[in-house]
Amino acid sequence: MSTVTVDTTSAPKARPKVVDPVAAVAAARPRIALGEMLSQTMVMAWRALKKMRRNPEQFFDVTVQPLLFTAMFAYIFGGAISGNVRSYLPLLVPGIVAQTVLTSCMATGVQLREDMEKGVFDRFKALPMSRLAPLAGPMIADLVRYLIAACLTFATGAVLGYRPDGGVLGVLGAIALSVFTGWSLAWIFTWIGTIARSATAVQGMSMMFLFPLTFLSNAFVPVTTLPGWLATFVKVNPVSHLVSGTRDLANRGVVSGEVGWTLLAGLAVIAVFAPLSLRSYRKHM
Amino acid sequence: MTAAEMTATAAIDATGLVKDFGRFRAVDGIDLEVRQGEIFGVLGPNGAGKTTALKMLATLLPIDAGRARVFGVDVAREPHRIRQLIGITGQYASVDENLTATENLWMFGRLQGLRSGEARAAARRLLGQFGLEDAADKPIAQFSGGMRRRLDLAASLITRPPLIFLDEPTTGLDPRTRSQMWDTIRGLVTDGCTVLLTTQYLDEADQLAGRIAVIDRGRKVAEGTPDELKASVGNSTLQIRLAPGADPEAARQVVRRVAGAEPVLTPESGRMNVPLDTADRAADVLVGFRQAGVGVSSVSVAQPTLDEVFFAITGHGAESADAADAAGPGESGRSAVTDETLLEVR
Repeated sequence: MSTVTVDTTSAPKARPKVVDPVAAVAAARPRIALGEMLSQTMVMAWRALKKMRRNPEQFFDVTVQPLLFTAMFAYIFGGAISGNVRSYLPLLVPGIVAQTVLTSCMATGVQLREDMEKGVFDRFKALPMSRLAPLAGPMIADLVRYLIAACLTFATGAVLGYRPDGGVLGVLGAIALSVFTGWSLAWIFTWIGTIARSATAVQGMSMMFLFPLTFLSNAFVPVTTLPGWLATFVKVNPVSHLVSGTRDLANRGVVSGEVGWTLLAGLAVIAVFAPLSLRSYRKHM
Repeated sequence: MTAAEMTATAAIDATGLVKDFGRFRAVDGIDLEVRQGEIFGVLGPNGAGKTTALKMLATLLPIDAGRARVFGVDVAREPHRIRQLIGITGQYASVDENLTATENLWMFGRLQGLRSGEARAAARRLLGQFGLEDAADKPIAQFSGGMRRRLDLAASLITRPPLIFLDEPTTGLDPRTRSQMWDTIRGLVTDGCTVLLTTQYLDEADQLAGRIAVIDRGRKVAEGTPDELKASVGNSTLQIRLAPGADPEAARQVVRRVAGAEPVLTPESGRMNVPLDTADRAADVLVGFRQAGVGVSSVSVAQPTLDEVFFAITGHGAESADAADAAGPGESGRSAVTDETLLEVR
């Protein structure tokens, strides 16, 4: 506290004044520093993690879906596509990883929208804090979800008999690639979260992106089995690159060009959608 | 700016504030000057533009026209600095439902640049100050409405901002919690804060505010101390209950002679209301009663309530006394005389 006293009334006071306008005005900084922004983002990530721990149903999609889908798809399509379940797994597991991570990206957008409707966001807006932190914080916390999704899918595959030839390092690389891609694609859904009118709308709009992206890819079937027009789309779909990159890492232990394309696509998505999200979040003020 | 100049600077200095929502003008040229260290009340019905004006001053809404300064800092030009000078507590509690009370305060402290230990100390201090120690580690979902509101106010005070905005701080609270909240608000000023308070309870503005601006349909329709506003409506009223057996007719003659006014009698209960120019004349009337041998069982001198002031100024409810009664909460004891006075003023 400064030693300058501000006597606004002449009446004697039982309590000493602890609030000092002069000092407060002098101390008020004109803009936010980068360090503050980072620490605020980490506080927001802490908040999101607390929320996850207290609402375990939020983990439903990243736990049940990998278990269920891996087993289901393996036994249903395994024989038809690869002759047997075991030889289908190297094709399928990276596909399920991509699909699960993408689905949990969608949850990022839906939860952001729900969150923004809560009273606590009014306070975030009134605080002298970074406008980016409330968006970026939950996304950092969501890395945990992507990690759970990717690890569980590989684990389920292993139980069913999947023995990736890329070894431990290859699998870890594949998990890292999926988590990064999930985080970058989550900016699309964050953007949808900031423009949609309600959480339900976010869900609907996200589905429109999500279904073509995951199913019109090489996630579940080899591209050679598709008609020409569809194969063309599948080949440019970023999810196909993610799936191919993941397969190259996990099954062959190779950092291929597909891995590079996936990273590049992820960065491009961040470069476009992070500023868009920030802009439309500011408009909510 | 030197400290001396700073002391003379108004906490809020706003001129010609305007806010449009599409074609609807929610705030239509409001001027406000709030001095340091006072509680300033903004009074008006729902939809009058109180909250919108407050949100503009708190950087939560852009200012469409006009200009506002908080402690000399321009609101539109330096919103980040303004946010460091204000605390705001809204009508609905803006704390995180998923966190405990301590976690909430810690988080808000951290977000405002306190180190972890400092934020924890601030949380402990505020929970103590607001009587929430026992609930410190409970999830907010288990909090009562009054506790939430107190926690919300505590969250606004972590960095000891010199200006506090309170948007309808007691709406929906029970009477006991409400008077606790009033004490807390008075305490803020003792600590050196300036408070801008919006309310639709006339009673609340009267209790707390040193000065009041009455807002209606986006415009300021009156401003002054509660007493000035009441005086602008006019007279005091002497309310008398005659002792059993006292002669109402004799009483009436005394009143006519001494006060030069016609009392309004309610014969069933033996009550009479006497309109007075000043409260001072009440003594004359009572002396007259004593000399004429008229017994009195109870006496009170009342000022017109802010309800009456509000209706007189804005004209709402002017169509009939019934409408005024229906719209004015909590003043069941309003007399026929003050209603008449009101009609005369209009």
